[in-house]
Amino acid sequence: MAVGKSVNRIDAVAKVTGRAEYTEDLYKPDMLVAKYFRSRIAHGRVKSIDVEDAKNLKGVEAVFTFKDVPKNKFATAGHPFSLDQGHQDVADRLLLTRDIRFMGDEIAIVVAQDEIIANNALKLIDVSYEEYKPLVLPENILKKDARQIHKGSSNIVGEHQYSIGGDVDEAFKKADHVVEGKYETVMVQHCHIENHISYAYMDDLDRIVIVSSTQIPHIARRIVGEALNMPLSRVRVIKPFVGGGFGNKQDVILEPMAAFLTLKLDGRAVQINLTREEGMTGTRARHPFYIKVKTGVMKDGTMAARDMDAISITGGYASHGHSIAAAGGSKQSSLYPRMANTFHARTLYANMPAAGAMRAYGSPQIIYALECATEDAARKIGMDSVEFRLKNIARQGDMNLLSGNEILSCGLAECLVKGKEFINWDQKKKEYENYKTGPLRKGLGVACLSYASGTYPVCVEIAGTRISLNQDGTVHVMVGATEIGQGSDTVVAQMAAQTLGLPYEHVRVVQAQDTDVTPFDTGAYASRQAYVVSNAVFRAATQLKGKILDHACLMTGEESSQLNIIDGRIVNKNTDELILDMKTLAMDSFYHKERGRQLTADVSHKTTTNAPVFGCTFVDITVDIPLCKIKINNIINVHDSGVILNPVQAGGQVHGGVFMGIGAALSEELMIDPETGYIYNNNLLDYKFPTFTDIPRIHHDFAKTFEPTSGYGNKSLGEPPVISPPPAIRNALLDATGISINSLPISPHKLFTAFSKAGLLNSEGGANV
Amino acid sequence: MFDIKKHIKANSVDQAIALLQENPNARLIAGGTDVLIKLRDGKPGFSELVDIHGLEELKMIRKDKENNIIIGSGATFIDIIQSNIIKENLSMLCEAAASVGGPQVRNVATIGGNVCNGVTSADSASTLFALNAVLEIKGDKMTRQVPVSEFYLGPGKVDLKKGEILTEFKITYENHGGYFGHYYKYAMRDAMDIATIGCAVNLKTKDHILTDFRIAFGVAGPVPLRCPKTESTVMNQKVSEDLLDKIYQTIEIDVNPRTSWRASREFRMNLIKELSKRATKEALLRAGEEV
Amino acid sequence: MNRHREITFSINGRSRTLYMDIRKSLLEVLREDLGLTGAKQGCGVGECGACSVLVDGVLVDSCIYLAVWADQKEVRTIEGEAKNHILTRVQQAYVDTGAVQCGFCTPGFVMATTSFAKECAGKKVTEDEIRKAHAGNLCRCTGYENIIKAIEKSIDPDKE
Repeated sequence: MAVGKSVNRIDAVAKVTGRAEYTEDLYKPDMLVAKYFRSRIAHGRVKSIDVEDAKNLKGVEAVFTFKDVPKNKFATAGHPFSLDQGHQDVADRLLLTRDIRFMGDEIAIVVAQDEIIANNALKLIDVSYEEYKPLVLPENILKKDARQIHKGSSNIVGEHQYSIGGDVDEAFKKADHVVEGKYETVMVQHCHIENHISYAYMDDLDRIVIVSSTQIPHIARRIVGEALNMPLSRVRVIKPFVGGGFGNKQDVILEPMAAFLTLKLDGRAVQINLTREEGMTGTRARHPFYIKVKTGVMKDGTMAARDMDAISITGGYASHGHSIAAAGGSKQSSLYPRMANTFHARTLYANMPAAGAMRAYGSPQIIYALECATEDAARKIGMDSVEFRLKNIARQGDMNLLSGNEILSCGLAECLVKGKEFINWDQKKKEYENYKTGPLRKGLGVACLSYASGTYPVCVEIAGTRISLNQDGTVHVMVGATEIGQGSDTVVAQMAAQTLGLPYEHVRVVQAQDTDVTPFDTGAYASRQAYVVSNAVFRAATQLKGKILDHACLMTGEESSQLNIIDGRIVNKNTDELILDMKTLAMDSFYHKERGRQLTADVSHKTTTNAPVFGCTFVDITVDIPLCKIKINNIINVHDSGVILNPVQAGGQVHGGVFMGIGAALSEELMIDPETGYIYNNNLLDYKFPTFTDIPRIHHDFAKTFEPTSGYGNKSLGEPPVISPPPAIRNALLDATGISINSLPISPHKLFTAFSKAGLLNSEGGANV
Repeated sequence: MFDIKKHIKANSVDQAIALLQENPNARLIAGGTDVLIKLRDGKPGFSELVDIHGLEELKMIRKDKENNIIIGSGATFIDIIQSNIIKENLSMLCEAAASVGGPQVRNVATIGGNVCNGVTSADSASTLFALNAVLEIKGDKMTRQVPVSEFYLGPGKVDLKKGEILTEFKITYENHGGYFGHYYKYAMRDAMDIATIGCAVNLKTKDHILTDFRIAFGVAGPVPLRCPKTESTVMNQKVSEDLLDKIYQTIEIDVNPRTSWRASREFRMNLIKELSKRATKEALLRAGEEV
Repeated sequence: MNRHREITFSINGRSRTLYMDIRKSLLEVLREDLGLTGAKQGCGVGECGACSVLVDGVLVDSCIYLAVWADQKEVRTIEGEAKNHILTRVQQAYVDTGAVQCGFCTPGFVMATTSFAKECAGKKVTEDEIRKAHAGNLCRCTGYENIIKAIEKSIDPDKE
């Protein structure tokens, strides 16, 4: 059985040998390079721009400014097209802009023979600005007389609310206690090691080929068509190996410009390869949130009512815009479904880098607030944090009142029990009673999470799979699902092997995506792929298996119902007797002069379910009060993600998420000056991405559940692990010190301020004891 | 690609000095971990290079007859970390070198480059301050010796004239024999980071009396600095917990950290006080004292 | 001034003489002049380690290492590691422990571990030493957890 086994990644050897080819590796010696001319102010308008000197520099092929690009605005979010106009993304982008909305906005672009010439040409561009006061903080953005960041559009990009589970006001009235809190998260960045890169060329007189590091090749193709006003069939997008995306490549950032440039330059190849510094501000980031939470709690530990009000900042352009707050806000109804809930959220433009999709899409912000508030409620009534959660969390059979769907599988209680045991909760709690004073303090924290498996019913969930039998009896699988490092090709191979009855090694998944060739799929996001593609792979593999067995019958005269394929052999179902080997069958199907054909199956399938997943983090920390540092002694994430398709690779997803969560909890922040919109730290030295020395051992475990709506019992896993570490760490700090820090990251600077205020740092010699 | 207009390889120190004389706009490049980054960023003034990368003449680490330790300016941090002479005599300099960047950077970046950059956060600098290192600077006509404390003229400015090369650091026996030290780097990350505060302590005890005490900081002012008032306050005092408290209380008057987007003055001050205590305690433990 | 210069160096055991642009980093010469695209560029300033290669056995960030410095030296890149269709012990350990995800940092990490494993051959190594020796290589996918296992296995193949 291939599913559930820790087979090695299908592309691991290609990657450890350096042979896996990423976009930059497909280097063309004659390729031109393009470099953006970016604004050095955060808010304003270009008064004048002079590019003549740049154009005249030797080696410069062309310079384009906002005056030269198509005037139709387009939306960049990597969502499937929505037939419902009300659900379409905000079209607020031009290829180049005169109106400046963040520091680094794209005003012009230089195409040159090499990078140095391009950079020198940028220095020759003369620009003057009309400057406006940058709007960074919500109170300024929401002022009545605040300038519209996009003229003609409100600074509120989106707003919605919902109320479920009964009358929330009534529930608050009846509650024994009402606990209120304000929580803030900041802008963080994906920091995939491969920067954004695309190049484009024309392979005849009117067809554009774009090679790009993208999570969404098929969507990119559509959006390029929209941005350039051309039929999408004239655009071909190829995705080689991708060096990580985490949502930042679920946005169409460079592809339309690369296509525009090759179109303007007679089809010559033009590459746009962003530097790290550009990538950290000129692509996408995570939306900062400001969240108010009110929780009504009963003495027995039941949470009866909750009201949340969230402000989400989408920066200079909408990108995924309000979808982030909407998606994040939907998770409380699956995590704590048995209470009255109201939720209200607004998404605002601001003079900051554009925020878009990032691992877990709004949930890290909302659940951070939710799990801080839940902790505060538990502490209010003096109940153990784990017991309190066990009392309130979702259980199998609960109704998710927001989606109206029953929760068909839920192992969250099992996760909490496993995590509690692993961290040695009861004993450590007692032991740490002795560490609540003095310079070193210790504490434990817990937080839960819920997430979805895809985007249905907000968006279509479509997946395509094509499987062909090769002459040697192995198969090639093509999926539209996009491998970006998360391991989807590997689990696709496992699924196909399992259903076809082939050894894993006999299944090859075509890695590169090519919109001319591979089946349609909307791409890698929303942790959707293993769940959504499972339904397509299962169907395609089942079909192909039927065709193989039918052909075996043609060859042998056996009854198809009596045959099976086990480990690549066609056998008699009852006796296990070998009837045919796959290669003999395959050769016959291809080359017999009268019977057979190439055996293939091609399935495109829409999934119309969306299974919630669950999990939790347990963390054990030591706080060095005088040094204002938190040390993680132990941390575990336990997940309910249905059947685990590949335990080792799944573990890797959890580790990576926990790591990113720890970064967000303790150190990561894109620092933006609230007055000027200036960005201080758009590089890997000053943006505190944890190194090998900053991360503890990361532990993980899984609950054992089976999700009936998916092909192999599996649910999502890629994004969820990032969600719960920050609130768990905040709760552990509270446990250790009695101090709540309700904004991320809990950096040494913030600890210093909080400890000073609490009188923990005295001037006389170390920590107050 | 780096926008290099001129690149000349020097095969000796004398040749490098001559080349610098001939090319008044040229800068030296050694490990390259700072110069190449400045070039990439398009900073002016780096497009002409006299290349002393890997010059053997500048890489030696040795002990002379008087037991003075000489470190060539071209010694890389890994050379320092792996040198038995440094390990046995200047373990605090090993700690400082090991706290720089990551392995790849330590494998090529040189101690001379670190100091000539003139930045207050240089990990090796505060240690060299605590060791009273003397710099040998060679020009075409003369060679001069400058104490490290006088070499720093201001942020990014050092006492190096056109056509001069820093060739070596000398730590005399009187400044390391019988001393015990510790370098404590506080940064946001445990690697690949610049110090929020770096603290170097070098001390000597006799019969549980602190017979010499030097404490130096990086990022506690515009350039690395020593703390003379604190040093004289605790000199010749008995080793005790009280002594540590005294250092903690006095140190503030010797330093002048500033607020930047990286950290506030108040936070840095808190760290200076705390590190002064922790680094001293560690150095005392190494000296065999009990505190 | 002539921006081109002839350099001769050994690359993965093969001697090459190039007439190359002095403005190029070693990474650029490897990738653009020699087509050895295994080493990656992630930052261009020595902060991420994705471009790590060995020069005369020393691990360097090839993005901030001038190509002219490689003259008369031996350069080892990821492409030269597996031989006769067999992965090196380090490469195999990365495969077996699930230490590879997107793979962009992997060539740099494998070279870092290769250098580290050689330095600590026969020695007992602490987890702290492993971390310090790989702190110049950033990975955004794995949380370094399976990479620790891969490094331990690279040093001691019996380690599970």
